[in-house]
Amino acid sequence: MSADEFEFGLDTPAPVTVDESGQLLDGDQVIRNTVEEAVLADSVGIDSFNIGEHYRSDFMDSAGHVILAAIASRTQRIRLGTAVTVLSTQDPVRVYTEFATLDAVSNGRAQLIVGRGSLTESFPLFGFELSDYDTLFEEKLDLLTRLLRDQPVTWSGTVRSPLADQFVSPPIPEGHVPTWVGVGGSPQSVIRAGRYGLPLILAIIGGPPSRFAPYVELYKRTLEQYGRGPLPVGMHSLGFVAGTDEEALETQWPYWKDQLEAASRERGWRQPTYDQFQAEVTNGSLYVGSPETVATKLAAAIRALGLSRFDLAYAIGQVPHAQRMATIALYGREVIPRVRELLAAASDDGNAR
Amino acid sequence: MTRSWVTREPGDLRLGIVGAGRLGTTVARAAVAAGYDVAMSGSGAAERIALVVDVLAPGARAVSTDEVVRHADVIVLAVPTHRFRELDRDLFAGKILIDAMNYWEPIDGVDEELAHARGGTTAVVERQFPSARVVKSLNQLGYHELEDARRPRDAPGRVAIAAAGNDREAVVAVLQLIDRLGFDAVDAGPLEAGLALQPDGPAFGVAHSADELSSLLISRTNREVEQLG
Repeated sequence: MSADEFEFGLDTPAPVTVDESGQLLDGDQVIRNTVEEAVLADSVGIDSFNIGEHYRSDFMDSAGHVILAAIASRTQRIRLGTAVTVLSTQDPVRVYTEFATLDAVSNGRAQLIVGRGSLTESFPLFGFELSDYDTLFEEKLDLLTRLLRDQPVTWSGTVRSPLADQFVSPPIPEGHVPTWVGVGGSPQSVIRAGRYGLPLILAIIGGPPSRFAPYVELYKRTLEQYGRGPLPVGMHSLGFVAGTDEEALETQWPYWKDQLEAASRERGWRQPTYDQFQAEVTNGSLYVGSPETVATKLAAAIRALGLSRFDLAYAIGQVPHAQRMATIALYGREVIPRVRELLAAASDDGNAR
Repeated sequence: MTRSWVTREPGDLRLGIVGAGRLGTTVARAAVAAGYDVAMSGSGAAERIALVVDVLAPGARAVSTDEVVRHADVIVLAVPTHRFRELDRDLFAGKILIDAMNYWEPIDGVDEELAHARGGTTAVVERQFPSARVVKSLNQLGYHELEDARRPRDAPGRVAIAAAGNDREAVVAVLQLIDRLGFDAVDAGPLEAGLALQPDGPAFGVAHSADELSSLLISRTNREVEQLG
């Protein structure tokens, strides 16, 4: 894949942020800010804007498709997607109708990443058993891919009522809502993506990205085993861009720390330290720094894993809207063009050899 | 005389792993590198995990869970925490079973028994498999550390892993495994001491030396004795 075809996206769970005085914003304001962030992303040439799905007090992305529809009406070019749709606890017919409709209102810009999600709060909320999570995801992925690829659909399974020769409106041409499978670290999920012939996106949120090279290999081998041609692989990682390295580190650190402290309390981890933060920025999977620093690190990861897509989960924690906007502007105007340049230079070197 | 840390105690170098997810394949890679003959299983038929094992844990063999049990006397339990109850009660009869799982509610869902287990989550695992010789271990470090922090015996900065269990002979066997994998082995004591090793415990998620880990475990025990007194 050439550097031009590469997709550079932004991912957000629409986090509740603080205002300039440190007060938490109301959820409705957070949602309107998210729309503004996507409008800016469109204007600075970012390829896609993808919203998560959570049911928690710190994230306002419980109905991402509604936010995406609002964004659609104010943007022209940017693709509109999810990161990720927790398919296990959704009805695939409903997901189809929402995203086929989003595709219509956005003039063909809808896309999806489906996954099991890293958290599981949607299971009790919607009345599903966590012990069924494999069956739920497998059957629902099967039904969703069939609705997207080949209607009418005749389907039966254990997780919802059967469909017989069913058309679901609005119709969309095959391939019109590109659907990726998001994977955290489960080998069977990688295999499932390959088995369904869906592109893979790896959530790499800690440690050096090269550690995931075996997962890319597993995906390629699975595609071969099922007689499919190569498909794109993407990566989702966290980051924050500012004018200088120092400014980026200083701005992001306290919010990263707060977020990790909360997670540590929930999960029983050690409390985060600045050394740990810096180590993750230097050698791991935090893309925090000046545009040049982030672009260099990103180009290296893209080459190491042979990626075709990168989604930046921008601004970790409660970073205020103004600084989220600044990160988006720098990512679109400086980081992305610079990564394209670095990748093109590397591929010229490759051709010369 | 120089003695290799791997071959000093040749013993039984067969290891079984039930679970071929991220944890199972990480333990498998470390064990293969340490010279173990590793057989592992996932849910369902061996073919289902053949490719995963081939790519993520080369050198290990993908087999059925029954074959894992036949293969080895020491077996690592590395299935998703909310699914261990699906395994037969007497599947591991007489085997040393290492509980490497952790319970975390946002991922594993609300499980009242695990959440409120007084003796720690491994006590629940022990009740589930009453004929197995259950030891809690290999759960306290992250995947990265389990993979990257392996060092030969006596290497500077060698990280420690603890084991807790009521069957003392079984604990000793697990301590040998820990050492061969490339970590300093610390005997944490009886199974209840495993509370210190699980999420929220002082020894969870931090790479300690053997001395640091031992003193953490001892100070905790002393505190509990004082509270009892």
